[in-house]
Amino acid sequence: MGVISNGTTLLDAGALDSGVATGSMTLIKTLTASSSATLSFLNGASNVVFDGTYKEYVFKFINIHLATNGQNFTFQADTGTNTSYNQTITSTSFSAYHGENGNSGTLSYGASGDQAQGTAFQLLNSTSEIGSDADQSLSGSLTIYNPSSATFVKHFMATTNWNELNDFTGQTFTAGYFNTTTALTRVQFKISSGNIDSGIIKMYGIK
Amino acid sequence: MGLISNGTTIFDAGAMASGFGGSMKFIKKLTASSSGTLSFVNGASNVVLDGTYKEYLFTFNNIHPATGGTLFHWNMSIDGGTNYNVQKTTTTFRPFHYETASDTPEWAYATDQDLGNGTGFQTLVQGLGNANDENSSGTLQLFNPSSTTFVKHFMSSVNMQHTSSAPASVNWNAAGYGNTTSAVNAVQFKMASGNIDAGVICLYGIA
Repeated sequence: MGVISNGTTLLDAGALDSGVATGSMTLIKTLTASSSATLSFLNGASNVVFDGTYKEYVFKFINIHLATNGQNFTFQADTGTNTSYNQTITSTSFSAYHGENGNSGTLSYGASGDQAQGTAFQLLNSTSEIGSDADQSLSGSLTIYNPSSATFVKHFMATTNWNELNDFTGQTFTAGYFNTTTALTRVQFKISSGNIDSGIIKMYGIK
Repeated sequence: MGLISNGTTIFDAGAMASGFGGSMKFIKKLTASSSGTLSFVNGASNVVLDGTYKEYLFTFNNIHPATGGTLFHWNMSIDGGTNYNVQKTTTTFRPFHYETASDTPEWAYATDQDLGNGTGFQTLVQGLGNANDENSSGTLQLFNPSSTTFVKHFMSSVNMQHTSSAPASVNWNAAGYGNTTSAVNAVQFKMASGNIDAGVICLYGIA
């Protein structure tokens, strides 16, 4: 059954008509970690859309909890149906820190968290420092711009807040680009060593 | 009465089914008018601040202080707004650029505005001017406030016009965590001195 108002189709065949005004931020997929080695979003699989449908994709990280103390939360992307997750990245990273004891409030560039035409997984925190205590985790977001472009490199920007293993708070700003003009089709998240014990990653498309 | 199209439920029980509409849900708008405080309390005045959403977003529009040179700050409550005194460990830094272009821009960690397990209000901006056109605008993200497992991560970025004694654009970035595993169920905003003369704070849930 469809709904037509004043000659305008509002919904039909189980979907709202594209002309109906809705929000511009659309939830595409939620993945929940449970001792997971990786969490991957593959265009065309499991209802994931990661193509030219949207010009901007946002990933939200909710309480990413590590199985192993003192590791990094990282991501990479790949093209086509490739599974190497080793695209070339040039990136920047800087962080602010402050201890629960009130010490060491600092702001610094993270030379060990950036890449210059590297193919490694990109850190989303500063190096080897997320704690795995029961109440510790990482939260934040990552935006990837126009991943399907066949013309431009693919920019990304991320901001996360996380518990440092020695009871500091850390906020990390990461940005850069995948230095490829081939369309990205998939994104993978993982910990530098050990599993993602628990946590949620939500993927949105921005109209 | 529900509405089902092609086997898909579109509306039921007075609400649109999940998967339809945008993912950024407007919850509440508070407008300051010589207000001592602006508070969002779960369950009061149609405010939702519980496990319904994993991320809440506050937006600040043209927050104008009654008193020049003060700071705009916030705190959390775990007892429905009776006390706003959650322990927090935080970082703060800000780029600072004067209206007089010849003055040297600053980019520094703000050691006097962070907290090391302090229970005081966390600064969003400091040195806010109260001339008619001076104000601050920005956002605050609060992740999974209802968790009884994890500390409560937050990140804010607010731009302001510094008081006319040294007019400048200042982008304050504050982040950290409420160091509690109790559910946070209320949030309050206020000036350190004097009222919030005018301005709007909106609360959104990210589905």
